[in-house]
Amino acid sequence: MLSQIEGSKAVADAIALCRPEVICAYPISPQTHIVEGLSALVKSGKLAGCEYVNVESEFAAMSVAIGASAAGARAYTATASQGLLYMVEAVYNASGLGLPIVMTVANRAIGSPINIWNDHTDTMSQRDCGWIQLYAETNQEAADLHIQAFKLAEELSLPVMVCMDGFILTHAYERVDMPTQEQVDAYLPAFEPRQVLDPAAPISIGAMVGPEAFTEVRFLAHHKQMQALDEIPGIATEFQEIFGRDSGGLVRPYRTEDAETVIVALGSVLGTIKDVVDERREAGEKIGVLGITSFRPFPMLAIRGVLRHAQRVIILEKALAIGLGGIVSDNVRNALSGITLKGNTVIAGLGGRAITKVSLHKLFDEARADRLERLVFLDMDYDLVQREIERTKQKRRSGSAAENILRDVGVVAARPA
Amino acid sequence: MPYQPIKFYQTGSFVVGNRLLDQNERSVQSDTERLNSLTSGHRACQGCGEALGARYALDAVAKATGGRMIAANATGCLEVFSTPFPETSWRIPWVHSLFGNAPAVATGIAAAMHAKGRDDIRVVGQGGDGGTIDIGFGCLSGMFERNDDVLYICYDNEAYMNTGVQRSGATPPAARTATTPAVGPNPGNVFGQGKDMPRIAMAHEIPYVATATVAELRDLEAKVERAMSFRGARYIHVFVPCPLGWGSSSNDTIKLARLVKETGLFPVFEAEHGEVTAVSKIRRHIPVEEYLRPQRRYAHLFGKHGHPETIARIQALADRNIARYGLLDDLPDSLKPPGSAVGRQVRWQSEDLSEQTSAMAILTETTGAH
Repeated sequence: MLSQIEGSKAVADAIALCRPEVICAYPISPQTHIVEGLSALVKSGKLAGCEYVNVESEFAAMSVAIGASAAGARAYTATASQGLLYMVEAVYNASGLGLPIVMTVANRAIGSPINIWNDHTDTMSQRDCGWIQLYAETNQEAADLHIQAFKLAEELSLPVMVCMDGFILTHAYERVDMPTQEQVDAYLPAFEPRQVLDPAAPISIGAMVGPEAFTEVRFLAHHKQMQALDEIPGIATEFQEIFGRDSGGLVRPYRTEDAETVIVALGSVLGTIKDVVDERREAGEKIGVLGITSFRPFPMLAIRGVLRHAQRVIILEKALAIGLGGIVSDNVRNALSGITLKGNTVIAGLGGRAITKVSLHKLFDEARADRLERLVFLDMDYDLVQREIERTKQKRRSGSAAENILRDVGVVAARPA
Repeated sequence: MPYQPIKFYQTGSFVVGNRLLDQNERSVQSDTERLNSLTSGHRACQGCGEALGARYALDAVAKATGGRMIAANATGCLEVFSTPFPETSWRIPWVHSLFGNAPAVATGIAAAMHAKGRDDIRVVGQGGDGGTIDIGFGCLSGMFERNDDVLYICYDNEAYMNTGVQRSGATPPAARTATTPAVGPNPGNVFGQGKDMPRIAMAHEIPYVATATVAELRDLEAKVERAMSFRGARYIHVFVPCPLGWGSSSNDTIKLARLVKETGLFPVFEAEHGEVTAVSKIRRHIPVEEYLRPQRRYAHLFGKHGHPETIARIQALADRNIARYGLLDDLPDSLKPPGSAVGRQVRWQSEDLSEQTSAMAILTETTGAH
């Protein structure tokens, strides 16, 4: 059924259709609307057979999910940013234990300086924690990916993180085709755990493993993610059969067939890039987009297949590997081993800075003119940065860079009286 | 019926004396059909108080639930000595996740059981003092505050033993640990720090809080049984000597657990919904010195260069507990705190409790608290 609803509400409703048994929640923006929606569904009785636990921290949220999942319950939680970092120890533990927990991360920057707006620094920091990571482009896809996530998680006994851009998606009202309960029930079978805490058949879960077996255990975690590379397209196909919609999968190429330049990105920015690509296509440029839906497992072959005939790849990413450059770029380069093509890393949208069509056009013009540097910070004010660098040279106690820059920017509250 | 009309006290022998009791009042451990939740073959040190406490406590839970139980364990000695894969000493469903999250994992299990309509399956969380009152404190307080249906048991050996005896928030003043060495003008752990977890638990007004020691194992069993009669969050804090960390003899574990109570340093009591409901009286009041002296961690307090003033400060802590909980019947009225501590009338069948030749003593109490 078509609804004009907030992204968070669409996700909450989609989660409820998956019949979760335990939901644990701790508030952090911009994820809050999702768990608020679910709390109303549980409290009103619309989502029956589900326990909703208001925990005291994200660390506890993931720990409650671990206990619930180990006891055979379908478990869900949501977080963002600092919250994801606060639960990291339990995040690794959940994947290590092979518990099919599904978690939404409403992507948000990491402080300091504290910043509540969108970028991908939070989930990118967890790319190697053993969870599957799926990135949603639209609210429709966010809703659909959550339904697929439970199926994928439970088939593989692996937790799945569905990443959706904070505010840009979570707080946006868009048209979403909401699935019916019958469709979801037909798609998602009841959770059948591989191992479970059961007094009728007691087992010990989570004991120590030494060097004699640790490598093999870790290899199998990798092996499961490689299996997921096979599972994810199948799960998307099955989804299409029941829901009639093409959603999910490993990658989403757009107008890449004859493209000389391919832009690679994740998440909601893909929509803006596609609009820009359409405009440039009309002007005759052979340009396309490759959206990565599954960042973990990383679809090496699929990406290689799309990019191998291009002459330039521009990787636009909403996170910065400080001291290196791009995270997605590094992964993509790995997929392009032996293929020679021009590549640029574009760091964009950090801490919620808008990625506009105008900026993208300028960027792609530069690329076309072969004037783009290897590492570019989109729309960065080099003058501001230079002034702060000068200050640090002149004065030992130069103060907070963040504060100094804001004074230069001239935020009203920061102006001297 | 009062839940524990008779208590047993070992006085230097291994006799437990169940044969003198009715079948239903005997120790769970005397039952040949007991579950052996933590069964033999584990790697705990000789004289480990934690292994002993866990075995008695969990078998008592098993008895109370008919074996329908699941345990969540914090990282620590209990986790390490009981399980390296592929071996396990656990005969109950058992999960270890992390050091600081056992109470939250337990909450998750309880939530799952409730969602599945299996409220007959009860959940126990457990850990050492570090996992409980330090790194696990946030999760524990959250579990208490929500009144989740979990019994949490803390086995308190007063330091981080698994990592090599470092100070915890439960380490008592003056005690030597690897991070509070017995050097300098004020050797050992400092005064004025540390948490009183049972009282913090009580402040959450949860249905049941109790303390116990491994010197009185039938008392521990009875408290577990009592705890399992409640729904909601329950907390039992068990004093478990650690020969390795304390520098005490393996065969002194029970003795030290008994002495700590007899000094008043570790008050043994029960509380319901935030109020103390029963106190286990001191039977033979002894100075703290008698408890401190057999432990190497306090060795710097004694001898030629000893610290009698430090011992006096520790004695003051014990006296404060005695006054606060009414641990002695003959306490002057002026020292009794108002409205606290149910004073039980005790009558000894055997007065000579210190005699090593006496196999056991039976203490009959007339209880009104339950």
